[in-house]
Amino acid sequence: MIRQWIGHFIRHIDSILLATVLMVLVVALMVLYSASGQSLLKVNAQLINIVVMLGVMFLVANTQPQHIERIALPAYLLGLALLIAVALVGDISHGARRWLNLGVTKIQPSELMKLAVPIMLSWYFSKRESMLRTADYIVAGIILLTPVLLIAKQPDLGTATLVFASGFYVIFLAGLSWKFILGSAVAFGAALPILWSMLHDYQRRRVEILIDPSQDPLGAGYHIIQATIAIGSGGTTGKGWLNGTQSQLDFVPERTTDFIFAVFAEEFGLVGCSLLLLLFTIIIGRAFIIASQAKSTFSRLLAGSIAATFFTYCFVNMGMVSGILPVVGIPLPLVSYGGTSLLTLGLSLGLLMSVQSHKRLVATD
Amino acid sequence: MGYSTELKNHQNEQHKFRVRLVFLILMVLSAFSALLGRFYFLQVYRYDYYQTLAENNRISIVPITPNRGLISDRNGIILAHNFFVYTLEITPSKTDGLQDTIAELGALVEISASDLKRFKKLRAQSHTFESIPIRTHLNEYEAAKFAVNRFRFPGVELKSRLFRHYPYGTLGTHGIGYISRINENDLKQLKESNQLSNYKGTEHIGKAGVEQAYEEDLHGITGFQQVEIDADGRAVRVLSSASPTSGNNIVLSMDAKMQEIAEHEFAGRRGALVAIQPKTGEVLSMVSMPSFDANLFVDGIDFDNWNNLNNSPDKPLINRSLKGIYPPGSTFKPFVALAGLESGKRQPPFTISDPGYFTLPNSRHRYRDWKPSGHGAVDMRRAITVSCDTFFYGLAVELGIERLTDFVRHFGFGEKTNIDIQGELSGLLPTPAWKQRRYKQPWYMGETVIVGIGQGYTLVTPMQLAYATATLANNGKAIRPHLVNAIVNAKTNQVKMLPHIIADQLNLSAQNLDIVKLGMMDVTRPGGTAAAIGANAGYDIAAKTGTAQVVGIKQNEKYNEKLINERHRDHAWFIAYAPAEDPKIAVAVIVENGSHGGSTAGPIARKVMDYYLLGKVPVDPAAAQAAAAAEAAVVNAPEVEEEPHD
Repeated sequence: MIRQWIGHFIRHIDSILLATVLMVLVVALMVLYSASGQSLLKVNAQLINIVVMLGVMFLVANTQPQHIERIALPAYLLGLALLIAVALVGDISHGARRWLNLGVTKIQPSELMKLAVPIMLSWYFSKRESMLRTADYIVAGIILLTPVLLIAKQPDLGTATLVFASGFYVIFLAGLSWKFILGSAVAFGAALPILWSMLHDYQRRRVEILIDPSQDPLGAGYHIIQATIAIGSGGTTGKGWLNGTQSQLDFVPERTTDFIFAVFAEEFGLVGCSLLLLLFTIIIGRAFIIASQAKSTFSRLLAGSIAATFFTYCFVNMGMVSGILPVVGIPLPLVSYGGTSLLTLGLSLGLLMSVQSHKRLVATD
Repeated sequence: MGYSTELKNHQNEQHKFRVRLVFLILMVLSAFSALLGRFYFLQVYRYDYYQTLAENNRISIVPITPNRGLISDRNGIILAHNFFVYTLEITPSKTDGLQDTIAELGALVEISASDLKRFKKLRAQSHTFESIPIRTHLNEYEAAKFAVNRFRFPGVELKSRLFRHYPYGTLGTHGIGYISRINENDLKQLKESNQLSNYKGTEHIGKAGVEQAYEEDLHGITGFQQVEIDADGRAVRVLSSASPTSGNNIVLSMDAKMQEIAEHEFAGRRGALVAIQPKTGEVLSMVSMPSFDANLFVDGIDFDNWNNLNNSPDKPLINRSLKGIYPPGSTFKPFVALAGLESGKRQPPFTISDPGYFTLPNSRHRYRDWKPSGHGAVDMRRAITVSCDTFFYGLAVELGIERLTDFVRHFGFGEKTNIDIQGELSGLLPTPAWKQRRYKQPWYMGETVIVGIGQGYTLVTPMQLAYATATLANNGKAIRPHLVNAIVNAKTNQVKMLPHIIADQLNLSAQNLDIVKLGMMDVTRPGGTAAAIGANAGYDIAAKTGTAQVVGIKQNEKYNEKLINERHRDHAWFIAYAPAEDPKIAVAVIVENGSHGGSTAGPIARKVMDYYLLGKVPVDPAAAQAAAAAEAAVVNAPEVEEEPHD
């Protein structure tokens, strides 16, 4: 009976996705061990995070997509309410108001929106299926931009960008007209100077220093320069596990979290970077396949958005660490240390598996 | 039908969705390709560049300063050594607010006003990223107190450094010299001599005396440690190291005891004394009074002390034995005498009858003898003994200025002695050519007259006069004077004796030499100008007294010591060598404004010779006490470790 139960449980797990994710996680733990200065304490903590993440993934994988559709609106509204609460009474840390103190624990509502927004939009488009009008895109735009602007106002540009991306992918996949996309792109280009003037000083500085890190080699540019040196000095095959001098000697900042990729690149070189990119590509590719095979609008929009968002995380993080994108404070999925990011990933992967394993059921619905 | 349209719709929808997906896939692939390209650029194309940067990041070369060599006197008494001292140093650029840091430090350990003044002065001279001492000589308690609180003070470091120390303070400072912090000028010189890398980590350099002249020997070779550092510059581990080579120890020719006796005998008067071994050129004593404490300079002299030393009318900072230039006065006469004898212008039994003055032909100007009534019948030997001016006036005129100066130049007048420390002046031996150059004026006969008695333009340093005396004592063989006898390799203990360099070799007739020498011996005998100096000596002293005029005396005016401002009184000279038959020591002493060579300068020379020849130490309670204290200081001085860095 137990075997049957396990078999039933396992049934919903996508083996390709799980295998690839586990491979990345093994690498991630190795890198974390090295980056933390060989601290088993940190590795153990991350192992617990991984167990929680996998547990969440299994649970969500076993949940039918319809059930998730049902919580779309409440989750979104709750997230929005919390964001407004943050804006009014949130705790300030590092000059930004991101946390909401619930007395027992502190939560970061913007984190919740990373999934609540795409779920909400997927749900909206599936409701409006076959009677989509231009007005629906406007409604979708409002659904998306309201939380994005609230988050950007905190200010947390990184998360705002990601929440925007995750929602935008849904709208894009739902068939937003090319004309509108192109027009917006042009309009955005034109509005850039205005946006620039709206940015906070430190945000502007980040962009300026991104363009020319040498402007502030011991201050703001320091992170980028040191991370770039770490990656570059890794060479083709890397300096070897635990032998990355830049990382081991404290030159790489935030080296267990946002900049962990620098540690990895230094110790495993171009070969390691290529393999990691390959693993990420497999995960993203598999997610796209799941999306393309999904039978309901909600499932495929959500799966497509999750795949594209996962890609965005990877790209923005690695681009930032290697110095081609601004430093926005985004963790590398599955690799960076931290429970929140893994939890969100567990949810996302669970959703993908749920979509994949319930596609027949959905198809006959 | 509804079903089929819906299916069709659905397929249409899915097709549209897949087109969008393909677009996203292309975006993913192109973005990841861009990343891959970036990685290739960084890790392959620019690998060498970043590799170098990473290496520089993590490997730091930390210099290990060598121990500075010790300086001892000829008998092994240590005159300069090193010991460990805790210092608190601030790197201004690393602090969060310099004023706050100093204020907070002041609450922890005492920082005096003079500490602050010195810090300010040093700060003005250095870059913000250099560490500057705010407090030196912390005791164990203060060091521990800071160590516990160090986390509160970014940019402040407790350093244990070797400090130079001169246990005898003011003793022989002008010869031994001192070290002080390296300044811009020193850096420039080090750069020019390609020594800069050897001075990484070294903060002090010899600034005067032997410390300066033998800097290269004393400094040693800086060692290096290749250490892996983290971003904050903290050493993580040592990769490789080359231990430093300690500086060589230096043995002076100076006799510290004699130096001490001489300095003490000056009894607060200004002046200088140089004692030389005539046969070797070894400088036994080099006194310049007043002296100063070299220890003041080691960690950067504070403003008040500097002001006191620099503005004192006694000019303690000037090394009078090398830089003090005075007319030689009558001490010049033995050399003029030799010139007369050697030239054949004055050969026994040449005698003059001294009326108390000398006049040039066709002139009514009287060049007065110091003894207005004259000395009566005077031959060469007696002329020296009684210091007869008239005799030498005439001799100088007969020799002519050129011949006179050409001859005495062999004794080192008008030229540097080339002693082995820097800063000496060459004095002046006036010639018509010099006068023409200097004043664009012709030479007058009258000027030759007074050169004969060591006045006029003639100027000598005490070192020059001691050197000339030694050369005379050594029968014309001039040995270059030197303060350093030997250099001892700190590692192998190998002793390198420095050679005695023959600077000049005059071929003098023994008869002529005898006349001058006998005349000088008579000086310290009854009837001589310094008869008291030779009394009960137990050995023969050949000597000559002299006075150097400070203020010119007008014709028909009388010099009256009592009416003249103390500082306008004549300087008292005394030169001597002994034992006269086999000279072991030659001395030149000047007491500024001391009036009579025989009575003020002579006794100092006698004490020095008594000590050197008879081992006599003047019995003086204060001196005995000071000597005992100095002895104790040596015994108690902390041992200097040979290799303190590991």
